[in-house]
Amino acid sequence: MPVHGDSSDRCNNDNTVPSSSIDKQFLAAPIKRAVDKYQLLPEFLKMRGLVKQHLDSFNYFVNTEIKKIVRANNRIVSSIDPSIYLRFKDIRIGEPSVTVDGVTENLVPQTCRLSDMTYAAPIKVDIEYIHGSHGHKIRSEKTDVFIGRMPIMLRSCRCVLYGKDEAELAKLGECPLDPGGYFIVKGTEKVLLIQEQLSKNRIIIDTDKKGNINASVTSSSETIRSKTVIQMEKEKLYLKLNVFSTKKIPIMIAIKAMGMESDQEVVQMLGRDPRYSALLLPSLENTMEFSTNRLVVKSFEMYVSISSSFIPCTELVIVCFNFKCAKEGIYTQEQALEYLLSKVKNFNCPSSEKDGKVIAIFKDVFLANVRVRGNNFRPKCMYVAVMIRRIMDAILNKDAMDDKDYVGNKRLELSGQLISLLFEHLFKSMITDVRRAVDHVLSHRSRSSRFDFSQLLVRPIITDGLERSLSTGNWDVKRFKMHRKGMTQVLARLSFIGTLGHMTRILPQFEKSRKVSGPRALQPSQWGMLCPCDTPEGEACGLVKNLALMTHVTTDEEEGPLITLCYALGVEDLAFLSGEELHAPDSFLVVLNGNILGKHRRPQAFASAIRTLRRTGKVGEFVSVFVNEKQRCVYIASDGGRVCRPLVIVDKGVSKVKEHHMKELADGVRTFDDFLREGLIEYLDIALYEKDVEPETTHLEIEPFTILGVCAGLIPYPHHNQSPRNTYQLCRMDTLLYLLVYPQRPLLTTRTIELVGYDKLGAGQNATVAVMSYSGYDIEDAIVLNKASLDRGFGRCIVMNRLSAINQKYENNTQDRIIRPDREGSDAARMQVLDDDGIAAPGEIIRPNDIYINKQSPKVTKGPPRTRLTDSDYKPSYQTFKGAEGELCVVDKVALYSDKTNNLCIKFLIRHTRRPEVGDKFSSRHGQKGVCGTIVPQEDFPFTERGICPDLIMNPHGFPSRMTVGKMIELIGGKAGVSCGRFHYGSAFGEPSGHADKVEDISKTLVEKGFSYNGKDFIYSGITGCPLQAYIFMGPIYYQKLKHMVLDKMHARGSGPRVMLTRQPTEGKARNGGLRVGEMERDCLIAHGASMLIFERLMVSSDPFEVQVCRVCGLLGYYNHKLKTGVCSSCKNGANISTMKLPYACKLLIQELQSMNIVPRLKLAEA
Amino acid sequence: MSESTSETESESSVEAKGGGGPGWLEKLSDTDTIQYSGAYATSGVDNSVRLDNFCDDFKVEVIRLTEEEMEFDMIGIDPALANAFRRILISEVSTMAIERVLIANNTSVVQDEVLAHRLGLIPIQVDPRLFEFAGNNTPNEKNTIVFKLHVRCKQNGQRIAVKSNELKWSPNGSEFLLSSEDSKSAGSSSKPRTYTSFTCSQDSLSEFSNNAISVMENILIAKLGPGQEIELEAHAVKGIGKTHAKWSPVATAWYRMLPEVVLLEEVEDEAAEELKAKCPVGVFDIEDIGKGKKRATVARPRACTLCRECIRGGKQWEDRVSLRRLKNHFIFTIESTGSLPPEVLFTEAVKILEDKCERVIADLS
Repeated sequence: MPVHGDSSDRCNNDNTVPSSSIDKQFLAAPIKRAVDKYQLLPEFLKMRGLVKQHLDSFNYFVNTEIKKIVRANNRIVSSIDPSIYLRFKDIRIGEPSVTVDGVTENLVPQTCRLSDMTYAAPIKVDIEYIHGSHGHKIRSEKTDVFIGRMPIMLRSCRCVLYGKDEAELAKLGECPLDPGGYFIVKGTEKVLLIQEQLSKNRIIIDTDKKGNINASVTSSSETIRSKTVIQMEKEKLYLKLNVFSTKKIPIMIAIKAMGMESDQEVVQMLGRDPRYSALLLPSLENTMEFSTNRLVVKSFEMYVSISSSFIPCTELVIVCFNFKCAKEGIYTQEQALEYLLSKVKNFNCPSSEKDGKVIAIFKDVFLANVRVRGNNFRPKCMYVAVMIRRIMDAILNKDAMDDKDYVGNKRLELSGQLISLLFEHLFKSMITDVRRAVDHVLSHRSRSSRFDFSQLLVRPIITDGLERSLSTGNWDVKRFKMHRKGMTQVLARLSFIGTLGHMTRILPQFEKSRKVSGPRALQPSQWGMLCPCDTPEGEACGLVKNLALMTHVTTDEEEGPLITLCYALGVEDLAFLSGEELHAPDSFLVVLNGNILGKHRRPQAFASAIRTLRRTGKVGEFVSVFVNEKQRCVYIASDGGRVCRPLVIVDKGVSKVKEHHMKELADGVRTFDDFLREGLIEYLDIALYEKDVEPETTHLEIEPFTILGVCAGLIPYPHHNQSPRNTYQLCRMDTLLYLLVYPQRPLLTTRTIELVGYDKLGAGQNATVAVMSYSGYDIEDAIVLNKASLDRGFGRCIVMNRLSAINQKYENNTQDRIIRPDREGSDAARMQVLDDDGIAAPGEIIRPNDIYINKQSPKVTKGPPRTRLTDSDYKPSYQTFKGAEGELCVVDKVALYSDKTNNLCIKFLIRHTRRPEVGDKFSSRHGQKGVCGTIVPQEDFPFTERGICPDLIMNPHGFPSRMTVGKMIELIGGKAGVSCGRFHYGSAFGEPSGHADKVEDISKTLVEKGFSYNGKDFIYSGITGCPLQAYIFMGPIYYQKLKHMVLDKMHARGSGPRVMLTRQPTEGKARNGGLRVGEMERDCLIAHGASMLIFERLMVSSDPFEVQVCRVCGLLGYYNHKLKTGVCSSCKNGANISTMKLPYACKLLIQELQSMNIVPRLKLAEA
Repeated sequence: MSESTSETESESSVEAKGGGGPGWLEKLSDTDTIQYSGAYATSGVDNSVRLDNFCDDFKVEVIRLTEEEMEFDMIGIDPALANAFRRILISEVSTMAIERVLIANNTSVVQDEVLAHRLGLIPIQVDPRLFEFAGNNTPNEKNTIVFKLHVRCKQNGQRIAVKSNELKWSPNGSEFLLSSEDSKSAGSSSKPRTYTSFTCSQDSLSEFSNNAISVMENILIAKLGPGQEIELEAHAVKGIGKTHAKWSPVATAWYRMLPEVVLLEEVEDEAAEELKAKCPVGVFDIEDIGKGKKRATVARPRACTLCRECIRGGKQWEDRVSLRRLKNHFIFTIESTGSLPPEVLFTEAVKILEDKCERVIADLS
């Protein structure tokens, strides 16, 4: 009893204290709160993975979408005999496999990569069809009919890797850390990039170039995509629709054509406010202009007089309209339709279809997202009214304009959607193809064989179409007028993080060349959804974006149940409402995915009801509700492609996620899904720390660093850097390197690094850096390297190259052969690397010009089949290695496989280990790259009191202008980490939550370990032996080697190949070209008066040519070898010929000019 | 006389200054030594080095000596000379290290080049003075040590780690036959030619007869998965650290100047306590001076790491404490890799310097 009393006492006490102070006390405990919540993140990523958006979307397609597509187009009916048909009952995608010579083999991704195959699975359908012969018609069924092959996304639910653990993955030759989410097409890994698009089926109000206000809707339904624009131009409203030849159709005609003949109703639908009807007036007049009736003109004047008498009563005005329209030319629906018929583009259909044509357009093309039942166009009229109302809102109040760049108005198209688009197109064209084939067969009356529908089904359309689109990246769907290029890219495999970054990349809808700043600017609405740092430099800056760490992209959700639910929650159906009620001030419109459902009188209650249902899990977790007070609408969205992210729900200023939840999570009792299910966390399409929570706050961030993307998360202390530096670093991320010999885990990590697994697959090394100037070889960001560090393995990397050879088969039944190498002959030295089978052996050192495959081809490959070839029938066609001289390369792997046509293919992997050289590029994680300026032996390097010698010296001038304070913190953090034996953290914005170590704490650790608090050490010069006059800032910084290495770029030539046309040396390293003495170099030489040098460079060493010039006519002649004299062809003699030297290019110019009827004459003088 | 001593004193120590201004203006003064004999001629001080003086002043005190590490004080020497020893130790004292690796089979995940590089860095515990520099000579018992490594992981076994212990010395030289020999003179009577031409077995030589050559133990070379195998032969030759760090006989060798911490004024009571607490390495101590008064003393100046904590915290601290380094007292540390004991390394370094000096003298005369 006393115990009880105690507790109740406490409760009472609590109640007596004002609620705000309770909150403060409760929230004062700083450590538990934030660190604990972080645990949600690994949990979230465990559930979702890093490329979940791709996988989800592909899974959705494979499991749901594909069935929908087939259900929508499930019949192939012969147009000759409609009783002959084929019906698709079901469709499914099998296990990835390949069928060669009738043998089906299961596929594993690694085999596909090695043998240039496509990782694809058969698409199987169940069919019901009519077959028969000689009048007999039998209905039969077949299951598992193969219709094509679908490339499979790795780690999706159809992939063999799905749900496999590490050991199983390793057995399949797959890296356990690989995220999947890409395709393998013809052996190359292809990512289908996320496409950014303006959202479909939504009214978007904006202005065009002329300042006219547009309301546009891009409709998308299963059958068609169209864009409907209503435009206010010179105070009149017009409809713009592609199918009409005239650009603008007066809106009233369109409305009348849909059967709403009464102007009054139109005005009513816009609402009672006279301001709106006043704005509509000019448009109503519009209808009259089409009549030449004088009466109209007169009545028009009459109308003006009435309206100018300022009677703010709608009814009166309407009466007036009706009065006008009664005398109007286009007054009825029929008239309107007739008028519109003449405007239809490509009008050449037979008269029978004439009548229905315009109606059909209004039904299917105009606002295609609004469904029409029968010929009831009322919903469309309502929709038009809403559009007009929004335009008018925008006129009356500029704030009502929509922002196209707003993330909420964007949808991301993911691989699943894109593939489904393509598949639908291909499936339909297959159906038309099959139908044509059936008709063709049926039209031959005298057919003998039995007619079997199912036999016609196997067509390569689907397989080829999918494969072609994925490998080229061209999406051509004619039906939707879609011609997009560059949708797929080869997966960047330079570094693990580059790969991940590639999978989260978003391609823009705009072309890059457009010089607009709007779409490139950082939108505040990107917060938490798209990474603010990660965008490329240059032309695509700001257009190409990356997803943030916790972003989720939704997939489509079934609308049906939601609609029913809405009506159940008190939404009044639109159909039962009069036009005037549409914009009645006492209620809100309810819009689901851009479709107007009806009205609700208590919008807030309605919205919170839906929210509650969502939090209890009765409605999908990705359904969003939003009450727009300005537009007086409740928007509900369940469509796919919305970006959203999870947030902690805050109820009355108190976070719903409590400590005990987190404990359960840590104990493994709870998963992220439970948090969702119990309504503690939800997804939002939008307060930071718990201490900032105010009573109005509704949601709480899980962790602030999740606003950054995967790549940006790798930078330690990014919030201390100048923003562009972070961006530069990210651009550098994907140019990392090939394979580092001794990769290390960064001493200064971030939470993201741990989450992503970068600590397992590092791409750099912790170098001890001394920030000081040394030797003068460190200007302009160059760095000085310690030779001993390099000797011990710093910055060593392996570069891989791939060579391949095909053992070709020929049409005359002959084929190449690979033979035993000749160990004695003249080529023996070049065949050292070959094994006895004539193929280079793994582990052999291969030098330039070595033969790596001793292949021979038959001399005759065409004509009649030949057998019994002897040695003399073959000619050698060995392949030699063309590596750079002085590079020690090793054959790493040799893979044999057979390609599509069953030829034997051999792939060689050549490896080269490189040690850093002067000129190799290195970069820290803060966008600070530098080339190696010189390599200095260890004894010349400075050393500290403890005998520590830096690996690398960096010039301090790199800091002031770059302002990369983060790098300095990384240095001291790393130093403290090394000396106390704990990895320090540097997550973005992590200091308050304990995910980043504070400089203060780091300094304390440093002092404890006997270092100066500021990271500067007392250093002795290695050259003189005396102490340096300054303390040197020294400690470990994570350095990465970039792929730009001198060895790949270094180039020089003495003499070499020349271009045919001009006879000048070729250009470029690949062609062993010369180095150009350009204009500026030439200017220099002129300035120096080094005329002989110029002469030598520009003529003697380039393209000297001897010409015969006629002193009389000044034209070029030729040298006659028989007569041993020069001859002028225009003077027809050789009397006045002089021999001189010219650059060949000059001679060419002279002749080209001559060919254009310009006569250049050379006047010679005595030198 | 008094003048000149103060001159020389200030010349003989480096002083760390807080700068007196803002904290980031820290700097050091008098870091250099003046070699020029007439530098102080105007004030009547002779700065030239006299051999007698040097002999009288120079002292070496060994502080710590283990098999691998040695710390000793070198007093009365110039930084230039101390540094010369350091530099020679790092880059010019010779050792043996693996230079050529003949790989017969390597199915491990470690690439051949990387494996060879790793082998090269393994210290070999043998006195390099017993060997000659190979140069372009054929490898023989006088200039080459051959090691064998043959490890195989069982097909159904656990993953195994290959440690440096597996490197076995083969005193008879290489066992791999030259490929040209392979076919040509397989049946000939003479000994088949291998990659080395040893005239006799190394273990027959007196130096190695009862101490086999080994390498530093327990260094990870590679890890083998089931069924993987490494078979190779590693040839070690003599070299110096200048060519490659693997021939450096020391892990590192360095010195520091003897710290000298001076209290410029009496630091008493709370300030003394504070000073004592400030120093993370415990340089200062407190002594009772009676009457309940306490005074700070410099108890362990040698421990000072120059972290400048004691002079941090405002001008008053900088005025109280002066951190200095004696420029003619070096605390020298040598960490040997194991081929020779550290004290021998140092004498070797001295010999090399001697040789150099002789060479200079010989060249000049």
